[in-house]
Amino acid sequence: MWSVATALSLSHLGSLMRGVRSVDEVGADERAASLAKRSIKKSSKLWALDLAIRCMDLTTLEGSDTPGKIAALSAKGIRPKPGDGSIPSVAAICVYPARVAEAKEHLRNSGVRVASVATAFPSGQSFLSVKLSETREAVAAGADEVDMVIDRGAFLSGDYQKVYDEIVAVKDACGDAHLKVILETGELGTYDSVRRASILAMAAGADFIKTSTGKVQPAATLPVSLVMMEAIRDFVRETGRPVGFKPAGGIRTSKQAIAYLVVLYETLGPDWMTPERFRLGASTLLNDVLMQIEKERTGAYQSGDYFTID
Amino acid sequence: MAPAADVAKYAAGLEVGTLMDVRKTYKLFIGGEFVRSESGRAYRFDGSINVPRGSRKDLRDAIRAARTAFPGWAARTAMNRGQILYRAAEMLDGRRAQFVEVLGGGRTASREVESAVDALIWYAGWTDKLAQVAGNTNPVSGPYFNFTIPEPTGVVGIIAPEDPALAGLVRRVAPALCGGNTVVVLAPEAAPLPALTLAEVLATSDVPGGVVNVIGGYHRELLPWLAAHMDVNAIDTAGCTPEELTAIEKAAAENVKRVIKSPPGELSPQLITAFMEMKTVWHPIGV
Repeated sequence: MWSVATALSLSHLGSLMRGVRSVDEVGADERAASLAKRSIKKSSKLWALDLAIRCMDLTTLEGSDTPGKIAALSAKGIRPKPGDGSIPSVAAICVYPARVAEAKEHLRNSGVRVASVATAFPSGQSFLSVKLSETREAVAAGADEVDMVIDRGAFLSGDYQKVYDEIVAVKDACGDAHLKVILETGELGTYDSVRRASILAMAAGADFIKTSTGKVQPAATLPVSLVMMEAIRDFVRETGRPVGFKPAGGIRTSKQAIAYLVVLYETLGPDWMTPERFRLGASTLLNDVLMQIEKERTGAYQSGDYFTID
Repeated sequence: MAPAADVAKYAAGLEVGTLMDVRKTYKLFIGGEFVRSESGRAYRFDGSINVPRGSRKDLRDAIRAARTAFPGWAARTAMNRGQILYRAAEMLDGRRAQFVEVLGGGRTASREVESAVDALIWYAGWTDKLAQVAGNTNPVSGPYFNFTIPEPTGVVGIIAPEDPALAGLVRRVAPALCGGNTVVVLAPEAAPLPALTLAEVLATSDVPGGVVNVIGGYHRELLPWLAAHMDVNAIDTAGCTPEELTAIEKAAAENVKRVIKSPPGELSPQLITAFMEMKTVWHPIGV
């Protein structure tokens, strides 16, 4: 068995990684598939959709992001449906570091946080000094949360120490900002690697572990999320330190979002059904959730024509 | 099922030419795929043949498929849409015998198939002539070049008439497609086979997936959802009863759908423009 106490002394990182048990791939796939079939209706559905908005990291990570786009997205994050005060604000707006200051300006006093990707997102293939200074600048510009990527090249070649040290250094550079560690599960190959990377990131001090950048296919999937949530559950049992979870990439429909909430509930329990411990990274999901809420309220299927584009 | 003795003979390669029955399961046509109803239900419109009984979720999926297919279909050149409609006429003509059988056989059925093929070819010819006829340059008293062009309205729900089931359906679907709309067809409850079989023709005619979707089932289950759906831009009520029409018009008011009420057999360019929006442009000149 692995033990976090020994891992934190660094010298036992190898034994920590070797001690991570392997994942039953068929079992994980089947459990995720069976949980995804669960039917959530009426008032429970409305509650889940409300929670999905409160837990959403509304994201734009495009080369074409302009100050105008950030302003529009921030306004939408604060008040997703203009004229309807019953719809809550999202948890955070997630942007590139260069756009943090603008987002911060628009979100002032709104309660919506600013999350910034950092550390040479999305590939993570850069120098440690660059990654650290990028993180520091993002935090200085006003980021409340930092989404870092792990060095998959190092992880896949077995250099866990390098990955671990980098996370520790970035966590240090974050200061008070929350650190989400992106594993990019689409590039890790197996569920065993995903579990190992999850344990590694949590042992190194991650506040959240996150599935994907959204720039690689496959991005978040339900089984991979189940594997990561089970890693969190085991880590919490061992250490008592709660770690949050953020699936991101490819979550576009309310149905998918609700499936994630079901798996979350069944794996980590009601304590995790809060924006402090669960986030949904998404760009187009919000409109679908708004349309579903409207459908539940009016009884008529909705059209994208009547909702804002961003 | 063929008797066991026949099966054994066939397996042994005896009596070549004596094939087992291939019995057909009629399916819905959604997004270019032939699917069973998500509800798993079927009904027997004539007491013997099972046809899928679509649910409101099938309808929702079909409308989503039509919405997704709309920009691509509308952006095709008019000539290309004409080629594809003509191709559909070719395919329908090639399956003449099958449709005559589906329609009950005889001289009347044969004439109906011919009339359906004719309608497809007629509207195929209209695709690249419509803008010239329905569009216009408008004389205005100002320094503007002012012109009007027809543009497709979007997703069209078509409640297919029951009689004539094939020709009536083709005469409603073809003008909607001609203008660049995508359609969701509600097959007539009591005569669904021609509509479900026409889907097989369209699937082999280069009509992109999702441009035509065919749902079978009970009108009372499906019509209210179709009429109230915010993502449907027009409804053709050719196959409606007067009571259904009233209910549709009320529900359609919510997003100001076009409700088309014209004689089921109509064949005219006005029926194409009934599914279109007239867009007028004021282009400044001399600046």
